[in-house]
Amino acid sequence: MPAEHSSKQYDLDLEQIRSKVLLMGGLVENQFHDALECFRTGDADRAEQVIQADGQVNRLEVTLDDACSHLIVRRQPAANDLRTVMATIKVITDLERVGDEATKIARAARSMKDRGVAAINHYETVRVIAASAAALLHDALDAFARLDAQQATALIAQDKAVDHEFRSIMRNLITFMMEDPRTISTALDTLWVAKAVERIGDHAKNIAEYVIYVVEGKDIRHTDYAEAVSNNKAKD
Amino acid sequence: MTNTMNSQLSAVPESSTPRVTIEIANLNFFYGAFQGLKNINLKIHDKKVTAFIGPSGCGKSTLLRTLNRMYDLYPGQRAEGEIVYNGRNILAPGLDVNMLRARVGMVFQKPTPFPMTVYENIAFGVRLYENLSRGEMDERVEWALNKAALWGEVKDKLHKSGLSLSGGQQQRLCIARGVAVKPEVLLLDEPTSALDPISTAKIEELISELKGEYTIAIVTHNMQQAARCSDYTAYMYLGELVEFGETDQIFMNPGRRETQDYITGRFG
Repeated sequence: MPAEHSSKQYDLDLEQIRSKVLLMGGLVENQFHDALECFRTGDADRAEQVIQADGQVNRLEVTLDDACSHLIVRRQPAANDLRTVMATIKVITDLERVGDEATKIARAARSMKDRGVAAINHYETVRVIAASAAALLHDALDAFARLDAQQATALIAQDKAVDHEFRSIMRNLITFMMEDPRTISTALDTLWVAKAVERIGDHAKNIAEYVIYVVEGKDIRHTDYAEAVSNNKAKD
Repeated sequence: MTNTMNSQLSAVPESSTPRVTIEIANLNFFYGAFQGLKNINLKIHDKKVTAFIGPSGCGKSTLLRTLNRMYDLYPGQRAEGEIVYNGRNILAPGLDVNMLRARVGMVFQKPTPFPMTVYENIAFGVRLYENLSRGEMDERVEWALNKAALWGEVKDKLHKSGLSLSGGQQQRLCIARGVAVKPEVLLLDEPTSALDPISTAKIEELISELKGEYTIAIVTHNMQQAARCSDYTAYMYLGELVEFGETDQIFMNPGRRETQDYITGRFG
């Protein structure tokens, strides 16, 4: 880890931003987990709580963006400090979107409950993809907290599995809908949930890309960096 | 569409690097027994701005002053090694240092106009090298003052003392004086340290216009100025060149930990 700044206040400001980002990360992880539980159990009250909790995430986004702007104007950060602030601003956006996706899952759970549908079978459809995406999000936040570029690189490749799983779910749901049109509303709700989960996986991958940017100074977005790294490892 | 990392990681090929105006090789400098510069190797690129940053006493001004043999004025100071400019080692004996100082001009931190009129400040240096008619000299003075973005402000006061101008104007007068003798290189030693933000901004704007025609080396304590104004940055510490590279790379992702610590305010 780099040495401390000569200005203690600078280090304090950076630490406050860092801990708020991790708080935000924890909040959206919980939101995701709770939303999936609602989808599993059909608990409409809990779904309502998840939806309301998104307000806190949104407020954190605004507070953190403001803190980052102030840091830039006061300190004119350079090199690793600048990369950290830029990455933080982007991570905040991705986390806020994760919160939104969790809210969508909660809304789908609530609408299925309103229609009186028994949720459990539909939860089974998304159980595996949800577990993968939850692990990805957790690992991405962990990699960000520890600035672990190796963990981040490994993670990026794993998002492809989540994307693949989503396409598979979509094919299954289309089959159900074709076989029995009465299932369309429920199948579509399930599809939106699967899509939200897949998007959460994408956001986790984005966070991992920012970790690499902070640690190595390389912007690997829209490249096949992770694949190239794992291919090189396979050759060794 | 993805592009592979290979294209992003490949180094800039040698053939596309710009021409080198001054090449410094194995330069060592001594103030009596004290060694102020240690084995400096560095290229100053043509028509680019090269900034020198580093803490006080690191040798940046010392280095600048070797580039036009300014240290000759002081006994006990000596340079060893090579500084090749226009195919010649300027540290070798037998060099016409006056001609060197016309081609490699210098501007100091404290504005130093001569105690003469604005006009004479410019004309004085030109007269040492060229025999111009009155009309030609008038043109040269106007040209130099235009180049320094000062003409509009002084055209009605050419016969007033150079010392009657404001700090920022005096500094621009010194820059005009420097360009009037048609140098190739301009050495600026903390040119805006003594100036207010507006004058500083005008001089930085001037630097950006001048670099199309002159090679510029600038010493600055203001890191943001180096980041704004320069194409290349050299970080020095205790007489050594720690890191040299393109400014964008030095300020976004420097190679050396010491460089990063300095530019991010981790002074230890």
